[in-house]
Amino acid sequence: MKTSLRLLVLAALAIAPLSLRAENVAITGDTVYTMAGTPLKNGVVLIRDGKIEAVGPANTVKIPADYRVLKAAVVTPGLIDAHATVGLSGLLNQPQDQDMWEKSAPMQPELRAIDAYNAKDPLVAWVRSFGVTTVNTGHAPTALISGQTMIVKTLGHEADEDVINPSAMTSVTLGRNGLNAADGSPGSASKSPGTRAKAVAMLRDELIKAQEYAHKREGKDEAKRPGRDLRLEAVLRAIDGSQPFLVTVNRQQDIISALRLAREFKLKIILDGCADAPLVINEIKASGFPVIVHPTMQRSYEDMENLSVETAGRLHAAGIPIALQSSYESYVPKTRVVLFEAAVAAANGLGFEPALASITIDAAKLLRIADRVGSLEKGKDADLALYDGDPFEYTSHCVGTLVEGQVFADGPR
Amino acid sequence: MPYRPLSGMALLCALAVGLCAQEKPQAFTNAQIIPIAGDPIAHGVLVVQGGKILAVGAVGQVKLPPGTQVHDVTGQVLMPGLIDSHSHIGAGSGGDGSAPIQPDARVLDSLDVRDASIQKARAGGITAVNVMPGSGHLISGQTLYLKLRTARTIDDLLIKLPDGSNAGGLKMANGTNSIKAAPFPGTRAKSAALVREQYIKAQEYRDKIKRANGDPDKMPPRDLGLEELVEVLDGKRIVQNHTHRHDDILTVLRLSKEFGFKVVLHHVSEGWKVADEIAAAHVPCSVIMIDSPGGKLETRDADWRTPAILEKAGVLVGFHTDDPICDSRRFLRSAGYAVRAGMTRKGALEAVTIANAKILGLEARTGSLEVGKDADFILLSGDPLSVYTHVEQTWVEGKKVFDLTNPEDHLYAVGGVGAGDSRRAQLCCFTSAWDLIMAANEGGNQ
Repeated sequence: MKTSLRLLVLAALAIAPLSLRAENVAITGDTVYTMAGTPLKNGVVLIRDGKIEAVGPANTVKIPADYRVLKAAVVTPGLIDAHATVGLSGLLNQPQDQDMWEKSAPMQPELRAIDAYNAKDPLVAWVRSFGVTTVNTGHAPTALISGQTMIVKTLGHEADEDVINPSAMTSVTLGRNGLNAADGSPGSASKSPGTRAKAVAMLRDELIKAQEYAHKREGKDEAKRPGRDLRLEAVLRAIDGSQPFLVTVNRQQDIISALRLAREFKLKIILDGCADAPLVINEIKASGFPVIVHPTMQRSYEDMENLSVETAGRLHAAGIPIALQSSYESYVPKTRVVLFEAAVAAANGLGFEPALASITIDAAKLLRIADRVGSLEKGKDADLALYDGDPFEYTSHCVGTLVEGQVFADGPR
Repeated sequence: MPYRPLSGMALLCALAVGLCAQEKPQAFTNAQIIPIAGDPIAHGVLVVQGGKILAVGAVGQVKLPPGTQVHDVTGQVLMPGLIDSHSHIGAGSGGDGSAPIQPDARVLDSLDVRDASIQKARAGGITAVNVMPGSGHLISGQTLYLKLRTARTIDDLLIKLPDGSNAGGLKMANGTNSIKAAPFPGTRAKSAALVREQYIKAQEYRDKIKRANGDPDKMPPRDLGLEELVEVLDGKRIVQNHTHRHDDILTVLRLSKEFGFKVVLHHVSEGWKVADEIAAAHVPCSVIMIDSPGGKLETRDADWRTPAILEKAGVLVGFHTDDPICDSRRFLRSAGYAVRAGMTRKGALEAVTIANAKILGLEARTGSLEVGKDADFILLSGDPLSVYTHVEQTWVEGKKVFDLTNPEDHLYAVGGVGAGDSRRAQLCCFTSAWDLIMAANEGGNQ
């Protein structure tokens, strides 16, 4: 019995593609952007047991003989997409693979991305093939409160295995996309919120309920304490800051409403989208909140009609912490690739290194995962992207992606 | 620039027409020129006059005519204006929901030439474009080939053919977009049957006209739709056919062979599966290069390698934006991604210029920098396939229609408050909505 089991395991290992195992690997790059200090010329990254063992110029890092060596022109940390729906929305764009929009009620903070994330959807492998190793993914910004995001590696195993943070943020949308009346879809069960004012009133009401709930939960008489409430628990975590609201807002009045709401309830929020940001840049800066900027090439219509390929550059120049995202599209291109969005931002005012930072270390800081990912430093997860040229150039290819030491090189993208 | 108060010089010209009738030649010197027809020229000069190309060649080898106005464009790349063989700029429309076959509907009767999308296309370096009705019909109407000249009305953009008609194609579609509730077809076979039925009617209509031999009493009653299909049968109008799946592609080829019409395959997501068949039929392809697969089920197998595979098979390949699916301002990305996936650089640059000119039947007048062709060209800040390159100027028939250094043009190029609005019309005595927006924003932070 024992022997046959071992044989089975051996057989499984034998047929498993290389990509399913973390390897001891040495990456050598003509240029290595560690995102922790100046780029290295002829740099080496040693990887052992899924972690970065050493990083440095070739003459300072000795490559052990038994390490698999991969060469690339340019090496960067694995890319981080700060806001996506990948894994909830699938590649086929058919009803059976579209879990990013629950239409039964306008506020459902109890919905968790991890209960819907399909690690094996081809879309996960698709974004990974461009160097994306981490995504903050969840329900689309299509309801007032659409659900909780999760931060997950693009390993493609299973949600519970690949996850970094199962409940990272709660997704709130103000403006047209957060209104049910604007949606007009038959699946919308509720008429409210039909206006901007109603949406904010409903949110305030929910926050007040959560505060009262917290108060009652701490009541002296155990018998009078209310039972658990998944909804209010999630809202409470936005109030205590452990799971902040990710507030998607594009019109300037909606940005201001979000800031007003944050002041009233002493929330630390993350702004998202912000097409109109240049109009209220001082107010955003004063708030201290970071911005996950709309995809650089997002279509400009309705609430997003004022968006600009220069928004990311302008926010960065103003000293506002930013990250980039692929966001959500209901129509082709169904999935944006955050690398391409950063490329166009780089060419339109943001510049190369800030653009790379916006999808690596700055995104990691914003998502509070910089202790594990976002830069090439000893002890961090071995998440890397390998390119045969400037990663942002249209004609460059991603020739390999490493996630926790596992090498994915399905073919150049 | 469009809609600007007349400058002193322009006013003088307007008053003394005789003085300015013979517009001075203009030369663009020291550019790296990619003429498309022939090899790149490291230090080139392009001379244009009266909307046409007078000369193109290496600096020192081209003699400038006396009185030439010289623009030194050192460091810039000069290439033909881009041609987009499939776009929906200008908020146009074709047939409505009443029937699956509506060749009588014309995009001509629906376009808003001041729509912001048209100025954004100029900002992307597009000088000629095929504006199509949508793909929700088997035949959705007549498309329009336009030059993106400065325009007040649609007439300013039209391309006139020698017989005085407007250049344009016929939009057709197959696959799932045109399959819906009755009176639309419910299956692929029914789609093809309806199209065949219609072309047989057109053949009979044409025969009746022939038999009438000019006798008005024997002529069949006029039928706007059949008249257009007769133009298609006679080869005067090219069918521009939306199609994704390989079997749908083959259906288009089959119908085109049966009725002998000229056709271009559009999108061709699965073109890579039947590249040899497409090549054997000598049918060109207009390919969409999209960021990710999966818009709809029948585009599941869309692949960036399609242009490379078609090119290798010997198919004429152009690209299109399908704007608003892809942004006209980033049209050159299509060429970049095609090269990334194995297409030759030459083929990719042709695919946004001369190949699309051929696809629209306009290659005699545009699509490459050759003496006698229209002076349609763009100035770029660098290599056309680099993400860091910006379109700096767009010229149509010798006139500048986009200049990145102009603040209003810059707004359309990069976006921002007001970029979604129509091109500002010049009003002598009123404050335009655009002015109000700009004034309001000056009170903002930046």
